[in-house]
Amino acid sequence: MNPEYLLIISLVTIIAILASGSRIAGLLALAGTVVQLVFSAGLLFLYMAERNAGNASLLLFEHTYVWYPDWNITFHSGIDGISLSMILLTSVVLVSGVLVSWKTEYMKKEFFILLLLLGTGAYGFFLSSDLFSLFFFFELAVIPKYLLIAIWGSGRKEYSAMKLALMLMGGSALVLAGILSLYYYSCAAGNPSFDLQQLYTTPVPEQAQLYIFPLLFTGFAVLSALFPLHTWAPDGHSSAPTAASMFLAGISMKLGGYGCIRIAIYLFPAAAAFYSPYIIILACIGILYGAFVTLRQKDIKLMNAYSSVSHCGFVLLGAGMLTNTAMTGAVLQMVSHGIMTALFFGVIGMIYGRTHTRIGEELGGLLKVMPFIGSCFIIAGLTSLGLPGLSGFVAEMTIFVGAFQIGDVFHRIATVSAAMSIVVTAVYILRAIGISLWGPLKNEKFRESGDATWYERAASVILIASIISIGIYPFWMSDIISNTVSVLFTSNPLK
Amino acid sequence: MSNIYDYTCFILLLPLLTFLLPGLFGKKFPRISGILGTTSMLIVTVLAYLTAYHYFITDAPAEGYYWPYGSRWPYLVLAKFTWLRFNAALSLDMGIALDPLSVMMLVVVSTVSLMVHLYSTGYMKGEERYSTYFSFLSLFTFSMLGLVVASNIFQIYIFWELVGVSSFLLIGFYFDKPSAVAAAKKAFIVTRFADLGFLCGILILSFYSGSLDFRVIIERMSSSSSAFYSFAAGASFLGVSALTWALVLIFAGGAGKSAMFPLHIWLPDAMEGPTPVSALIHAATMVVAGVFLVARLFPVFCMSHAAMDVVAYTGAASALIAALIACTQTDIKRVLAYSTMSQIGYMMFSLGISGYGGEKGLGYSAALFHLFTHAMFKALLFLCAGAVIHAVHSNEIKDMGGLKKPMPFTSIAFFFACLAISGIPSLSGFYSKEEILTAAFHRNKIIFCTGLLTAGITSFYMFRLYFSIFWNNKNKSGIKTHMAASITIPLFILTVATIEAGHIPFGKYVSSDGLPLHSDTDIRLSAAAIIISGIGILTAAFLYLKERTLPGRISAKAGIVYRFIAGKLYIDELYLLITKKVVFNLISAPAAWVDRNIVDGGMNLLGAAAENVSETIRPVQSGKIRNYALWFLAGTILISLFLIYVIR
Repeated sequence: MNPEYLLIISLVTIIAILASGSRIAGLLALAGTVVQLVFSAGLLFLYMAERNAGNASLLLFEHTYVWYPDWNITFHSGIDGISLSMILLTSVVLVSGVLVSWKTEYMKKEFFILLLLLGTGAYGFFLSSDLFSLFFFFELAVIPKYLLIAIWGSGRKEYSAMKLALMLMGGSALVLAGILSLYYYSCAAGNPSFDLQQLYTTPVPEQAQLYIFPLLFTGFAVLSALFPLHTWAPDGHSSAPTAASMFLAGISMKLGGYGCIRIAIYLFPAAAAFYSPYIIILACIGILYGAFVTLRQKDIKLMNAYSSVSHCGFVLLGAGMLTNTAMTGAVLQMVSHGIMTALFFGVIGMIYGRTHTRIGEELGGLLKVMPFIGSCFIIAGLTSLGLPGLSGFVAEMTIFVGAFQIGDVFHRIATVSAAMSIVVTAVYILRAIGISLWGPLKNEKFRESGDATWYERAASVILIASIISIGIYPFWMSDIISNTVSVLFTSNPLK
Repeated sequence: MSNIYDYTCFILLLPLLTFLLPGLFGKKFPRISGILGTTSMLIVTVLAYLTAYHYFITDAPAEGYYWPYGSRWPYLVLAKFTWLRFNAALSLDMGIALDPLSVMMLVVVSTVSLMVHLYSTGYMKGEERYSTYFSFLSLFTFSMLGLVVASNIFQIYIFWELVGVSSFLLIGFYFDKPSAVAAAKKAFIVTRFADLGFLCGILILSFYSGSLDFRVIIERMSSSSSAFYSFAAGASFLGVSALTWALVLIFAGGAGKSAMFPLHIWLPDAMEGPTPVSALIHAATMVVAGVFLVARLFPVFCMSHAAMDVVAYTGAASALIAALIACTQTDIKRVLAYSTMSQIGYMMFSLGISGYGGEKGLGYSAALFHLFTHAMFKALLFLCAGAVIHAVHSNEIKDMGGLKKPMPFTSIAFFFACLAISGIPSLSGFYSKEEILTAAFHRNKIIFCTGLLTAGITSFYMFRLYFSIFWNNKNKSGIKTHMAASITIPLFILTVATIEAGHIPFGKYVSSDGLPLHSDTDIRLSAAAIIISGIGILTAAFLYLKERTLPGRISAKAGIVYRFIAGKLYIDELYLLITKKVVFNLISAPAAWVDRNIVDGGMNLLGAAAENVSETIRPVQSGKIRNYALWFLAGTILISLFLIYVIR
């Protein structure tokens, strides 16, 4: 099994769209992403079968292609439990992203090409076990976003696009610096390599660890909206077209969390332990502060954008706690938040497409005229506030339980204050539901707007099914992730 | 043990199915969802009774020494599976636990739910979202049944949240009414706030006991020789032991759900929901979840006097305060809501003053007995109120009066329920309240006096309600009512239950240590309670049997005290002040401002600075060869100097 076929499927789809007319661009994009989804589902079954058969190696389906032998750059692909869950997330979000953009009119072909290019970047990033190719795909998953927002966006789109691109590029610069320093030490050890596994065993002086770790961690954490580097998120999300918001919050922000856990903390557990209190403090600020800022938002899209800051804070909190349980929870939270926020942005896009406003108070009573869309909004909201039976609950509880296993007062207070956000989240979600969906119908014009179309229904159903499949029986996914986490974070004698 | 209880999983699966089916396909077959829901509830009820029959009667061991500590009744866990594994020690196992407590709760929940389902087929007829209603009702029943059979503390938390959300959805059922929207939000947020405490309590308890399973937690925490217990009792934070913290926080969750003072503010507003929902969720089942939770962890609670005192005094305060407020309310459903809060206060303090085992454990048994009888007569009261509201199209007492002529059946049913809640002998409420007062008398005199006083007030406001609705002079006899069989049958069954439920030898089955408890009632205590209740009834009769101006004059005389109580002690206003002024304006608004202006402003400043720098150095790229040559020369000289003097 070659997981890198995912990249080939993406590229073939892109080329097919390029070659064809814009009339069937949507159809091709849908076909391509559905094949990717089926392929990742197949990957999941093969992965589980392989693990059940007792294969305990860290990466499954490994392949190495030499890229630039002089510098020992390779494309080393393989999947573990964490990257597998991320790949599943990516394929689910991409399919629904294509579906909700079904009616794109302006430069349709280009839109789908850029969206699929982002997807290619994300797949490549999660598949790579070589930092050079990983960085290459990382950039591929960032740059097209600038165009998507600047061309198809709304509001202050040029400003937001530029801000997003600059801040994320700033993050990449830090990551690049970190990767190059690592490469330097691998050269010094006489075994130049960008390969994660080899770098894991490369000796790095203690002092150097203390400065490389923050480079990598901060660089990636910018994408996960680490406070105070989160300000690209609200602007970027609210200006982006629906599918780009879905990708941005659903997948891009997860590249950050993945990098923090799978690269920064994996390579430098000791430095991570040193910086752990700072990470926890910043994550807690992000969680609570994000939640309180969300409370004030009148624009429902901006509300979800800020709530993403709060929810991604949980990813960083789980990572910063450094216990296996909390780390598993962080990955679960990435998956859960990715699907939930994609559903949220998708539904908000559907509402905006009909009412041409995103201000909660100008909506009102929508559940009466669009019961399907309204119900999806409520389900997304309930996932966001952590209702059991939906995915958010599983992730948050795993993080809390994991965080609570550390018995000192600092960690206790941090956990409890992060847990307080579940109340604030309930407040802003219920406010949004109460204002925009319930109550008497505010505007008679909305009466004829109609409920969801087939492609919108399909997009929502795919996302809701994913939310429920994790929420109702989380054991399978949690098991896949926690097995990998426990292999990754057994103590490394060298660092 | 044998597998005769295998069918119990259907008790959970059937309501889940009737939640999903009408929810997904209900629009196409609206009428069927009511019949489907009611039929499946009937099966569930039969299964629950079958379970109880097997458990308590046919399969009851003649004698036995079961867990915990030589209980007569076995503790069975069925259909257990791992739902989520946190780490090697902590895993979230779902299962169906059968012990006297959960079997008793199965009977209560399924009975009331069946009655409410049946009643709703008539009451909600012609409603636009008829099948949605039944779907939500099934969701609630599923969650509540899952809650009572939970074998794992996290399983309780999961179903706890699910009953919360079904309550939210049903309170907001008439979602185009702004008051219903506000009430639904309030109910969810207040209970969520309390659940935060519950969650923290679970986390602390699981850390110290190293398990989430009830059985293991109780084994490790309820004996003072256990190392786990010493660990938890020894650790302290802010001068209070970790065990007490955990229990008080867990109790906070229970207090939120059970509307204990000062977390009760959501319950009266929750009456915005359809009346059958109020009967099921906000009177008989969900609101007693807090009592159930304390009862479930009772052996652990007994290990902390401080936590037990918190339970007892919160319960007593709620009982008294709610009873006082109930006297001043004019909305029939709100009076019943405060009365529910007051009766749950009874159950709570009864648990709080109870000890473990034997005669000391009378409070435990009495509390659950009262839970049982209260579920019957309070559901009956609400369903009668629903019939009255349907007839007069108003919730206000002043729009009612003289209804005993047009609604004789409802009037009689309501009368029996009022007698029961007032504790008049031979009705169910008498036996359970009697036991509570006896238990309180032996354990804590202050609480006993509060309970006795509350009993008097209770009979006063209940009969105030009864006389104002069904007697009084106002001529409402013109009202025509048609009561469908679907409404009268549940009223009849619940009336029978209200009269007869007291004769169940409850202490024989449900007691703190699982051994039969024979309580002797003290005739003097009974006499005192009956006399106090009688005074309440007579006062109500004197004031409200005929239309009089006296009540108005009394409340005017009482002035500020009356206004303070009628204003519900202004607790709602206090909450509003905290949420609106403090959270919204003092935390949230500044945070939003800081984010836009300081944090983001800082980023923009950085951008602007970079732009400035580039603007400044742009002239450097002038395109003139002469300038380039100059810079090149200067650079070369600088580098040379650097190489010569610095590096050497």
